[in-house]
Amino acid sequence: MMENKLIAGLAGVALVLLFNAPQSACANAPTPEQILQRVDANMVFESAISKTSMTITNRRGRTTSIISKSWSKGEKNALVEYLAPARNKGTKMLMLDDELYTYSPAADRIIQISGHLLRQSVSGSDLSYEDMMENDALLEVYDAVLDSEEVWDGRNCFVLALKAKKMEIAYPSRKVWIDSERYLPLKEERYAKSGKLLKKIEIRDLVRTQNRWYPREIFFKDMLSNGQGTIYRIEEIQFGVDIPEHLLTKAALRR
Amino acid sequence: MFKFLVKGLIRDRHRSLLPIIVVALGVLITVYTYTYMKGVFGESLEIAAIFDSGDVKITSRAYYAEKDEAPNDLALENTGDLLGQIRKDFPELAWSERIKFAGLVDAFDSDRVTRAQSGVRGVAIDLLGSDSSDRDRWQLETAVTEGRAPENPREILITQKLAERMKINVGEEVTLITNTINGAMSAVNLTVSGTVYFGVGFMDRDLILADLKDIRWILDMEGWTSELLGFFDLPAYDDEIATALADDFNLKHADSSDDPYGAVMNTMLDDSGMREYFNYAENAGSIVIIIMITAMGVVLWNAGLMSGIRRYGEMGLRLAVGESKGHVYRSLLGESIAVGLVGTFFGTLLGLGLAFYLQEVGIDISGMMGDAEIPFPTILRAKINGMAFVIGVFPGVMSTFFGAALSGLAIYKRNTAALFKELES
Repeated sequence: MMENKLIAGLAGVALVLLFNAPQSACANAPTPEQILQRVDANMVFESAISKTSMTITNRRGRTTSIISKSWSKGEKNALVEYLAPARNKGTKMLMLDDELYTYSPAADRIIQISGHLLRQSVSGSDLSYEDMMENDALLEVYDAVLDSEEVWDGRNCFVLALKAKKMEIAYPSRKVWIDSERYLPLKEERYAKSGKLLKKIEIRDLVRTQNRWYPREIFFKDMLSNGQGTIYRIEEIQFGVDIPEHLLTKAALRR
Repeated sequence: MFKFLVKGLIRDRHRSLLPIIVVALGVLITVYTYTYMKGVFGESLEIAAIFDSGDVKITSRAYYAEKDEAPNDLALENTGDLLGQIRKDFPELAWSERIKFAGLVDAFDSDRVTRAQSGVRGVAIDLLGSDSSDRDRWQLETAVTEGRAPENPREILITQKLAERMKINVGEEVTLITNTINGAMSAVNLTVSGTVYFGVGFMDRDLILADLKDIRWILDMEGWTSELLGFFDLPAYDDEIATALADDFNLKHADSSDDPYGAVMNTMLDDSGMREYFNYAENAGSIVIIIMITAMGVVLWNAGLMSGIRRYGEMGLRLAVGESKGHVYRSLLGESIAVGLVGTFFGTLLGLGLAFYLQEVGIDISGMMGDAEIPFPTILRAKINGMAFVIGVFPGVMSTFFGAALSGLAIYKRNTAALFKELES
């Protein structure tokens, strides 16, 4: 009886091992959804205050640096204030849900950026206003397929092909090289509906802060412009800070 | 002899009236068409020169390659030195600095909230400088329909149509939203000092006219100029002179030919792409004359044939009494010259009268211009010059002569032996 139980038990273990063995191997390689989930865990935050610099090189090879401070709350609310150069100082941009406003101190006007203006460059950089507004978690917006595994810049990467779940999105498809250890996109190509490459992005430096990996320096290249690219550098960032409600309002733009 | 022929023409109106009417009508059309073409073509070229190209234009090579986009980031840098040099090298020209730009004009209410917005294109010229040549060139004194030309910094002129569409009043502040040459958004409040109407379709739609210094500041272009326009002190554009000047300038600046931001000079015809148009305008007189001689010649040939049938008996009698065929033929040619001269006189008189009306009053075609982007006047006007007084002589006299020469050939086909038999019948 005991023997039978033992045999039965061993057989059961063997069966369990037999059927679970391949499943365990699959579990080591995360699914595309799991990869995006872990990327979003790094990139998406509740709130943050950051100081950034944007170095823009135009087609004449001249560079301009813009320094700004940002206050972000959730995925849809953020305020950016330009600190330098002097010509742009005091210019503010406010994102409230799906609306974007800019405040120009020279004109003392709050102007809503909408329609085709959203596709225009932010301060001559390779980023458009649409790029600035796209802060949704990738998993919410895209369906992902694991394309391949490659080594990029000495790091093992999952290469994901992303396809937009909804039509009204700036980039209907993307190809993303995600660091398989740190779960940060190291390289990205963003495409139009026609398949035309619109933008190339590379994370050139990253930092480990407050239990997450986060980009420190990102290179943007608008493939439709003649400029030589924009380097976006996060000089300082603090996650999980308390941001007063009144700061993220239109009224605060004039203050 | 000629006097005798003229008397015959006067006494026998059947012989002269129709040909004179035909010639007069033809000459009228010739004179009218010639003055119309000269007026419209000439004005188009003048518009292109004043508002867009100058007689010659200096830009950077890179800017010229993309000139339709007005890429101000590719403009000429530190143009002060270049301007000083060209004023020294080419003193026969007046020089004007220009910056073209595009943007949005945003009209706002008392709460500073947008109430109307429109895309505009702008031109910056020296409106406030001590040299008033740009103001004179743009004829601002007459073009301003309401208010006045800018007298202070941050004042602009907008077209009457734009003001009406956006309900902007003179003296009102509007925000100009545009991009600096670095691509950054630039929003600046400007005061509308007046409205303008130039009578040129593409200029009268959504244009703002601003001072060069203001726009340099707004676009972050201190010391930069997109276009340097040169104007000759000539009554009309002279392509030969302009081409020679451009060649001379480009030769002097050949050492920078590899530099995309080096200066290059182009003539108005090359810059505006109006060379074919110009050649057409230059040959307008010849084209009209050839068309009219051919058309009227055919009509008068036909009239001559008809007259030959009517005067069949007369010709027969003249030949029968011993007049030679050559003499009869020559008398017909003499008659045709007399008819041609008389018809030309009346035709020129009427043609010049109509042309004068068209020159002074013009035909308003603004409703037909739509969104045309060509430098074409909205009021078509003729231009009477010295040639207009004599141009009718060529088709007037030549077509009657040609018509008579062709129809008169029938005289040589008459059989002299059968003349009396024909007369008897």
